[in-house]
Amino acid sequence: MKPDTGWRLFLRTIVARAYPRVIGQQRVKKWVFFETVLPLIGTIAYVYVYKAISAPQDYIGFVVISGAMTAFWINIMWAMAAQLYWEKDSGNLALYIIAPNSMMAILLGMAMGGMVAASLRAATVLILGTWMFHVPFAVTSVAELFGVFMLSMVALYGLGMMFASLFLLWGRNAFQMSAVLQEPVYFLSGFYFPVKNFGVAVATVVSVIPLTLGLDAIRQLVFATGSSIGFLSVRLEIELLAVMAVAFVAGAKYWLDRMEKLAVREGALTDRRR
Amino acid sequence: MFGYLRRSFVPAAWLGWQVESNWTDPFVFFVFSILKPIASVLILVFMYRAVSRVGTESPIYAYIYLGNAFYIYVGAIMAGASYSILEDRERYRSLKYIYVAPIYIPAYLFGRAVARFLTGTMAVVVTVVLGVLFLKVPIHLLQVNWPLFFFSLIVGVICLGSIGVILGAFTLTVRAEAWFVGEAAAASLYLFSGAVFPVTLLPEFLQPIGFVLPMTYWLELLRRALLAPGAVGFPTMAPYGNAQLLAILIALTSGFILLALAAFRYFDRKAREKGLIDVQSNF
Repeated sequence: MKPDTGWRLFLRTIVARAYPRVIGQQRVKKWVFFETVLPLIGTIAYVYVYKAISAPQDYIGFVVISGAMTAFWINIMWAMAAQLYWEKDSGNLALYIIAPNSMMAILLGMAMGGMVAASLRAATVLILGTWMFHVPFAVTSVAELFGVFMLSMVALYGLGMMFASLFLLWGRNAFQMSAVLQEPVYFLSGFYFPVKNFGVAVATVVSVIPLTLGLDAIRQLVFATGSSIGFLSVRLEIELLAVMAVAFVAGAKYWLDRMEKLAVREGALTDRRR
Repeated sequence: MFGYLRRSFVPAAWLGWQVESNWTDPFVFFVFSILKPIASVLILVFMYRAVSRVGTESPIYAYIYLGNAFYIYVGAIMAGASYSILEDRERYRSLKYIYVAPIYIPAYLFGRAVARFLTGTMAVVVTVVLGVLFLKVPIHLLQVNWPLFFFSLIVGVICLGSIGVILGAFTLTVRAEAWFVGEAAAASLYLFSGAVFPVTLLPEFLQPIGFVLPMTYWLELLRRALLAPGAVGFPTMAPYGNAQLLAILIALTSGFILLALAAFRYFDRKAREKGLIDVQSNF
């Protein structure tokens, strides 16, 4: 039988790498439970902070939406970027490099498999949070909302692939980096408050994180008071997200190729002590 | 007996410190140690600023800020013992060697938890100093009740270490999903201990959970010690004086020490019976 090459190999690699992610989470039901409940508890705590300072009901909605979106960032940092470090630790990374498939396809497979679990988590936080705290949604455009979400995800996972390329070189500091990039990104992206509060200069700089513009646009599209707290217009945010999506995916391809060569040259692919 | 405990505790604390810190140079380690807690507290500061019209003078501001700052210890110490079991058993695969060494395992676990206390202290100090200098947290050094602060802090750390030993011992008996033990406990206590909002805001049926947790009293004592009397304005613990709160904290700590010893005996036996001391679960 003739071996797959080109796009067929690319697609088969995606499916092959997504498969264990999807099946794996079905096997250990407790993981699904804890991976869903833990972000929900954090979200509830932030909701009560807003209740303690008598915030308008829409702000509680901001927290619920952001609580749902944390699932995707956690998925990117721990199940995609840091995954190459885990693979190095367990001795599989060298096999990925030896195999004739593209590293992009492997990471894309991880992303798609991981998105199933992340989406389940996000949906649970969203549904339970909305039910528990009576979040008042006022969606103005479903089409724009869908577009913003999809563009944010493409840009975000592109960014995750760029991180993964760095993790090819790193050792234990990769683990520390994943841990340290959680709260600072939640802060800089304005996860739990409107990013407009940073002022124009800082908000512009932090907009390089796709979640910043994604969340700002989603809030404007789903809450009655959303437009008053928005940083930029939804249309402009959609355009910027589209640019970021293309730039991050292209950047990921470039850096993965470059870092793979560098890691091979420095012997960092199999050295578990690094 | 003392020498036996020291031989278990001191190397464990040193090992814990090395595992935490020797992956990079001291400066990078320091920056990494403070980035996460600072970002975490800044999230709350900006949430407050986005909504509040009364400014930082409101008692809830200092309540939220200090509660979050000192909660760093809860995550670090309590989850530390649980993670150390996970790391020793599955990542470094050294737990079986530690087990056959002539040491007392609960003291070893406590030592690993205390190592995290040291790294946590850096983050707490920087967060509080940042708050006082730049974020208008109303702490005035001359008005701080230092004896109450240090005594409460030490009792609280012993209590957290004991809970850490309980979680660590439980982790011995858990296989594939051991990572969640520390995280689940820290996240739940964040919600129920009134760290960043008064316990009375929770639904009534959940409030009793907050009142049986030592962290609720510990955080209240630390706030009272650091803030001037006028800055502490919440009725949750108002009926209790400092001495009463301290007595409750000491009683709960004593209870958790005894519980930690009993829990270790129980979970240790279960883990040995099931052959889980050197189990691998593709961590």
